[in-house]
Amino acid sequence: MLKESLPALLLLLAMTILTGLVYPLLVMGLAGLFFPHQAGGSLMVDESGAVRGSTLVGQEFKEARYFHCRPSATTAPYNGAASCGSNLAASNKTFVDAVEERVKLWRRSGLSGAVPVDLVTASASGLDPHLSPSAALAQAPLVAAARRLPVRDVEALVRRRIEPRTLGFLGEPRVNIVLLNSALDKAYGRDNR
Amino acid sequence: MSSADYSSSLLQIAAYIVLLALLCMPLGRYMAAVYEGRFAPEGSVIYKFEGLLYKLCRVVPTREMNWSQYACAMLIFNALGMILVYLLQRAQNLLPFNPEALAAVPADLAFNTAVSFASNTNWQNYGGETTLSYGTQMLALTVQNFLSASTGMAVLVAFIRAFVRQDVQDGYLGNFFVDLCRSVIYILLPLSLALAVFLVGQGCPQTLASYAVYEPLETAALSSGAADGKNQSVESAKVKLALGPVASQVAIKQLGTNGGGFYNVNSSHPLENPTPLSNLVQLLAILLIPAGLCHTFGVMVAQPRQGHVLLLSMTAIFVVALGTCFWAENSGSWQNPAWNLIDGNGLALPANMEGKEVRFGVVNSVLWAVATTAASNGSVNSMHDSMSALGGLVPMFLMQLGEVVFGGVGCGLYGMLVFALITVFIAGLMVGRTPEYLGKKIESFEMKMCSLVILIPPLVVLLGTALAVSLPVGQGAVFNTGPHAFSEILYAFSSAGNNNGSAFGGLSGNSPFYNFSLGTAMFLARYWLAVPVLALAGALVGKKRVPAGNGTMPTDTPLFAALLVGVVLVFGGLTFVPALSLGPVVEHLLMVNSR
Repeated sequence: MLKESLPALLLLLAMTILTGLVYPLLVMGLAGLFFPHQAGGSLMVDESGAVRGSTLVGQEFKEARYFHCRPSATTAPYNGAASCGSNLAASNKTFVDAVEERVKLWRRSGLSGAVPVDLVTASASGLDPHLSPSAALAQAPLVAAARRLPVRDVEALVRRRIEPRTLGFLGEPRVNIVLLNSALDKAYGRDNR
Repeated sequence: MSSADYSSSLLQIAAYIVLLALLCMPLGRYMAAVYEGRFAPEGSVIYKFEGLLYKLCRVVPTREMNWSQYACAMLIFNALGMILVYLLQRAQNLLPFNPEALAAVPADLAFNTAVSFASNTNWQNYGGETTLSYGTQMLALTVQNFLSASTGMAVLVAFIRAFVRQDVQDGYLGNFFVDLCRSVIYILLPLSLALAVFLVGQGCPQTLASYAVYEPLETAALSSGAADGKNQSVESAKVKLALGPVASQVAIKQLGTNGGGFYNVNSSHPLENPTPLSNLVQLLAILLIPAGLCHTFGVMVAQPRQGHVLLLSMTAIFVVALGTCFWAENSGSWQNPAWNLIDGNGLALPANMEGKEVRFGVVNSVLWAVATTAASNGSVNSMHDSMSALGGLVPMFLMQLGEVVFGGVGCGLYGMLVFALITVFIAGLMVGRTPEYLGKKIESFEMKMCSLVILIPPLVVLLGTALAVSLPVGQGAVFNTGPHAFSEILYAFSSAGNNNGSAFGGLSGNSPFYNFSLGTAMFLARYWLAVPVLALAGALVGKKRVPAGNGTMPTDTPLFAALLVGVVLVFGGLTFVPALSLGPVVEHLLMVNSR
């Protein structure tokens, strides 16, 4: 018993240093060398130099002149300090009602045609920055109207930002809504309404 | 889904399986070389480093252990690890690397997390970014991700030696500490290092800086309007984004089939799994070592085909499970009355996207759900609680099969080998001959140990579920309604009782009742299996190998693979069909009926 205890204890301490300190710090060193931007969370700054979020993480948009991200289940939507999904089951009445309510809201704000499923379902993380191309394009007339811009200009902006499947077959085609809105502000100003 | 979407889905699945098959073979051979001690040449840097480690830790590498010494070393090492994880959580407020000044973890939650990580389960009752400091994530969780994985690999290697060696009078199986160290420094550490750096490149943070605080785009635009006097009512509101040493934790969580994420939502978080490419590579990392170990087994017993047959059996179950789950998640429109209602308004996609991320879509979410529960990984990139009834049944059943379809690193294969012994025993009963596997006779003691191994997890799962559904504290924690609420509890105990760690996340598991009951389930499932497996190894290693005769059933044929799959499925089915009927099956029937 004792014969195994001392090596066990010493090995645990050695491994704690090796895998708990040396390894993460080594990764951090290499990351800082090769990918400093990503290692810091891919933060994006505006023209004044202030941080405005991460290019990888969704944000809440409520104004009509912005494209809206998916419904988010975090406490305060798009709460980057406490990620979570809704965990609602398809058989749950709360879920059924929530989806109906979202469809109604989109109809009321003037969305026409088919309602893309990702516009009315909450993402897994509550921080999904993406929409399917159809969900982004469906919003283009609403954004164009709010900004008094020609619809085809806004649609063209969306189409330019569609990311295809990686290597042609991985993942799904998508539009990063945070980057799209940022591009929208850059192209047409933050305050035109 | 259009036909173009289907073809791209099939292409992604096919690419995954082909890449996995290509990568696991060389890795398996390499691991065999490592465990046989013929990889690092004497005098090389890494060999010297290994020697130095043994010297510092008072490990005598040449000392052989019999099964009880091996088990003893394993248990002491794991117990100490558990205590360290517990203490680090309880004192995290006093320790360095805590920029967010998070408080000490409460006792019951700290106990649950300690057992969870030491037992390679990585059930998350804690909330990642809201509960644990950077120091705890690195020094407690990342360390246990390595050590619990290498413990499983060490026990497997000892078990394989029981077939490699013969007629060993003292029952020597190797040295636990040596097998453990080799797993870490030759296999897990180099792979994790490469994977972690790749993941940073894809967008996973790796920093010790505190959480990012900023004013998001819309608020900033509005408050600049406020500054111009246009919009007085809007105040500038800053939000926080959790960062930390994410990549280093995520790399080993996948490679070691641990699954405990840095963030609450695990690999569905855009900073834990940012791109389809990071998703593919993490998916590969989930099954890479469990699949590779099948080859390692074949090489070590000098009959590679024996390993191929086990891999084939696992893959067969995997593919069928994947197909079922994919079908269930894509045919959501007829399963959910709500979606029919939207259809009237023109719903574009009938697929179930609740709890899924756009960049992964249905196919990658399903592929992940199946891979993570086939292996005892338990990380998630979608919310399993929001899957359709039958879609959620698949991951639950894969766990209930005992985590032998790939399974955890090491423990999955020793579980599958136990099923192989049971298969030759059943086949032997049919023809009335003493069963043997790889020339070792399977007798009464061996069968008793095998029975323990396959009976303990179902017992823990079913008794735990029964206890939870009969007590108000157990019932009160459910989130969804009707049969799905029962599924949440059944899923939790299936996960803990098979050391998986994924969850139907609606269940509020962070209560004293669930922290202790699930903690106990994880503990029993891990160590009450490893000990009989080592006892089995101790019995087998002392036996002579008998040459294969006319009556020997060959165990390296597709026929044996089919038999093995049959035994695994029949055993899991007989045990769990009644429980599954009360949960997902009833839920599905109710939904079909409600149309």
